[in-house]
Amino acid sequence: MSNRIDVKKTYKLFINGAFPRTESGRTYEVKSANGAFVANPCLASRKDLRDAVVAARNAQISWDSATAFNRGQILYRIAEMLEGRREQFVDEIILLTGVAKSKAQKEVTESIDLLVWYAGWSDKLTSLAGATNPVAGPYYNFTIPESMGVVGVIAPEIPALLGFIDAIAPVIVSGNTCVVIASSKAPLCAMTFAEVLATSDLPAGVINILTGKKDELAPWMASHMDIDGMDITGISSKNEGELRRAGAENLKRIFTFKKAEPARILAFMESKTVWHPIGL
Amino acid sequence: MSFEYAPAPESRALVSIKPTNGHFINGKFIAGTKHFPTINPATEEVLSKIALGNKTDVDAAVKAARKAYSSVWSKMSGKERGKYLFRIARIMQERAREFAVLETLDNGKPIRESRDIDVPLAAAHFFYHAGWADKLEFAGLGTSTKAHGVAGQIIPWNFPLLMLAWKVAPALATGNTVVLKPAETTSLTALLFAQVCQQAGLPAGVVNIVTGNGSTGALIVNHPGIDKIAFTGSTEVGKIIARAVASTNKSVTLELGGKAANIVFDDAPIDETVEGIVNGVFFNQGHVCCAGSRLLLQENIADELIAKLKVRVAKIRVGDPMDKNTDLGAINSKEQLLKIRELSAIGEREGAERWSPGCTLPRKGFWFEPTIFTGVSQSHRIAREEIFGPVLSVLTFRTPQEGIEKANNTPFGLSAGVWSEKGSRILWASQQLRAGVIWANTFNKFDPASPFGGYKESGWGREGGRHGLSAYLKGIGDE
Amino acid sequence: MNFYGLVDGSESSLKNFLKQLSGVDQVGADARAAMLATRSIKTTSKRWAIDTAISMVDLTTLEGADTAGKVQALCTKAVRPDPRDSTVPSVGAVCVYNDMVQIARTHLDLIGGHHVPVAAVSTAFPSGRASMAVKIQDTNDAISAGAAEIDMVIDRGAFLSGRYLKVFEEIAKIREVCGDRAHLKVILETGELVTYDNVRKASYLAMLAGADFIKTSTGKIAPAATAPVVLVMLEAVRDFYAMSAKRIGVKPAGGIRNTKDAIKQLVLVNETVGPEWLTPQLFRIGASVLLNDLLMQRMKINNGYYSSSRYVTID
Repeated sequence: MSNRIDVKKTYKLFINGAFPRTESGRTYEVKSANGAFVANPCLASRKDLRDAVVAARNAQISWDSATAFNRGQILYRIAEMLEGRREQFVDEIILLTGVAKSKAQKEVTESIDLLVWYAGWSDKLTSLAGATNPVAGPYYNFTIPESMGVVGVIAPEIPALLGFIDAIAPVIVSGNTCVVIASSKAPLCAMTFAEVLATSDLPAGVINILTGKKDELAPWMASHMDIDGMDITGISSKNEGELRRAGAENLKRIFTFKKAEPARILAFMESKTVWHPIGL
Repeated sequence: MSFEYAPAPESRALVSIKPTNGHFINGKFIAGTKHFPTINPATEEVLSKIALGNKTDVDAAVKAARKAYSSVWSKMSGKERGKYLFRIARIMQERAREFAVLETLDNGKPIRESRDIDVPLAAAHFFYHAGWADKLEFAGLGTSTKAHGVAGQIIPWNFPLLMLAWKVAPALATGNTVVLKPAETTSLTALLFAQVCQQAGLPAGVVNIVTGNGSTGALIVNHPGIDKIAFTGSTEVGKIIARAVASTNKSVTLELGGKAANIVFDDAPIDETVEGIVNGVFFNQGHVCCAGSRLLLQENIADELIAKLKVRVAKIRVGDPMDKNTDLGAINSKEQLLKIRELSAIGEREGAERWSPGCTLPRKGFWFEPTIFTGVSQSHRIAREEIFGPVLSVLTFRTPQEGIEKANNTPFGLSAGVWSEKGSRILWASQQLRAGVIWANTFNKFDPASPFGGYKESGWGREGGRHGLSAYLKGIGDE
Repeated sequence: MNFYGLVDGSESSLKNFLKQLSGVDQVGADARAAMLATRSIKTTSKRWAIDTAISMVDLTTLEGADTAGKVQALCTKAVRPDPRDSTVPSVGAVCVYNDMVQIARTHLDLIGGHHVPVAAVSTAFPSGRASMAVKIQDTNDAISAGAAEIDMVIDRGAFLSGRYLKVFEEIAKIREVCGDRAHLKVILETGELVTYDNVRKASYLAMLAGADFIKTSTGKIAPAATAPVVLVMLEAVRDFYAMSAKRIGVKPAGGIRNTKDAIKQLVLVNETVGPEWLTPQLFRIGASVLLNDLLMQRMKINNGYYSSSRYVTID
């Protein structure tokens, strides 16, 4: 048996459907659970964030105007692709977190199932969260939830894959696009997941993924005037106030979450109420 | 002789105004320490003195609200809470004429509007929310909904009583207690509402009203005993509040500014469109956050429509707000008048064409003629900034897409109007517009059952309807 | 043929003209009319409005049971509505069926009411369901008998089935029959046209074909002269004036029963088409019982106390 040298992957960013290196040329070292070198992922800069927001903004209108059925199918397609590469994710989770194989397998399974769960929400949200309102006058009046626009997501550190899916799926299912800052300690799952996205019919720019230091990127994200909302679940609570203050400049909708629920989707939607007269 | 309408004044004798007012805390009127005058903006007459709420007052109000919450209100069944709201609604209807007169005297809005819109809608908000109080588990927010506790509410001067109703009714229905601060220039109807609470037998401390200015508002926003902040006012102050509560667990809803586009397509029902434009921007002297202050006309009908609009605007009756035939009343304050004047002057300097019908304005008081600027482009300040006065900026567009792009080209997103007789175009435009309320072939319609609130920098959350309830119940981010 | 330079009298020109008219949003028109109904007309302006309204009344009797005696009594009242008060103006006209025209004209002249014209309802009023020859004859008869105003009905069936040319040609023909001899009022019967879009279209058809007045209703169909219908017609005459420089009059008829309603009509005129229309030459109110309420309100203003129907004459 020969000692074959592995062909290792260079982990890059995922912006606008492509895999660029960070414009800053910076990387940082990621180690395995037992301290061995694993990879040098990109240490994304504020300029990478800026480019990612441009991509997300450009993609938003067409993603939003895709039918809910179509968005649901694409989310389901992502789940299919993830299922096909589950062993790779199991390996990466074990490598970086050192958990038992069964636990890693469970996380991947839950991630796939969660995607399928969110996929099914796409064409049900409006019926549940919308309303026809009986106003006192000759008007037809209805309220519908609509996507908010571009959402900045700070993914939790762990669980690296499940936490990531739980952060992005509720954001995009309604028609938002997003820029995600992946887990700093365990970014491999996020970047491998980008490869899943690239083969999932997901339009370029709907999900953009950055790796690097959250403390460095999050304030830029919070102050970015072309981001409409943020999920800051993945930031330490001591930094929350600072981000919320920065986000106030354009009144970003900023949330933290504890679990997967429809309210998590609705958090990044706006209710629109339409009036029209009823007459001959 | 032509048909001049003789003065038809509403009777001022319907209200008695105390020379000095205090706060309403724990079910009682408490004397203030410092006071400031509140004036009738139509005459500059001092109506009364209003107490300037300080830290002691706010502390006392929050304490009373907390006690009422923990000892009475949170323990009462929704069914019983609802009955108090029904009582309040009824008493407001009984005393509607009194409220309307007081509102017009203190605010400067025409009696026709306070009588036909503000006061009946305020009572309707209490009726609507009264019915929710024992049905919250069906509101789609989970079966074990929870109130926040003590809500601090800060409201503006443009619809003093109506905004009070928008805030207080859902807060009480969902089981919160309230510390409310009316706007500095318009406290009188809030204090009359305090009397209504007394007449309704509302338990002490459930509603507390502390009058004052911005400093009093800041005391409420920053008070550690307050769980929820609800604010209606300018985007500027909204951002200050958002920053102030950033490091706290306070839940916040904000109803802020706007620069609504009113888009008219070439197949619009033209006469009703003209009415809608007038109602859109001259209703309540243009002191409306959702006012249709940017008129976007399809180019091929622009000249015809502007001509018709000018004829119609020339018929607007400007003057004594107490006259039942007045359409446009007084500007609420000198400060606001100066702001409107300043932005209008900027509009002229920037090259837009200014037009007014040339009304005779009363000599005393704060007045501004209905004003139309034509030849406005997106980069003019009068097309971007909220003027909050009777000033319309007219822009044109060629294609539907261009109209929508111009409409959405703003950091605001509160409301928008669309005028067209073509159903598919109405639905398309309603879908494309990035605003929380879309009025299609109508404008400035409000109803307690209809959610109201903005996208983007026009605010957080909704008021009214099933959607408005979530503002006062714990949910995402409120653990 | 040329009608105000706007249409050439062909079917296609009429259809094109009507097609380019803006639609009417019912809810918006209702709201505008309701808002104008809140105008509070007091003291001096009320006094002026009452006298103006009296001078605009087309005092009407259109019953199968009409007799010479009834019509003569009506004429007496038309000339001097309040026998005790000569400052009350005469009404705008007396409006009767064709066969009563001569009786009315003779009696008016006899009692010094030369200045009060007689209006005749014509063209197989109220249904309009007769041949054109009969309609022409009907009109000629009325004019020969002394009618100075012809209130014709349009063919609503033709209008509703889209035969605008037929409606137009009938009006144009009656216009021709009237010539300089009589004013032509065209009754749209808005209650049967149902939609405000139809009211607007029919208003223009009538104006283009030569109407001097457009009139809401026969009084035989409800709803008749509702405020929003009158509003839509006033908008039509306002815009037609801008197109043609010709002022067309408007006559609401039916359902205006008291002073409040009448003053609301004057407010609609004042704020929609303007004060130039506040004259009997351009605005009439078709009514019968209205006149007594106007008289009683007038007494109240003059005397300072409420009057009683005992003090106004029943016919």
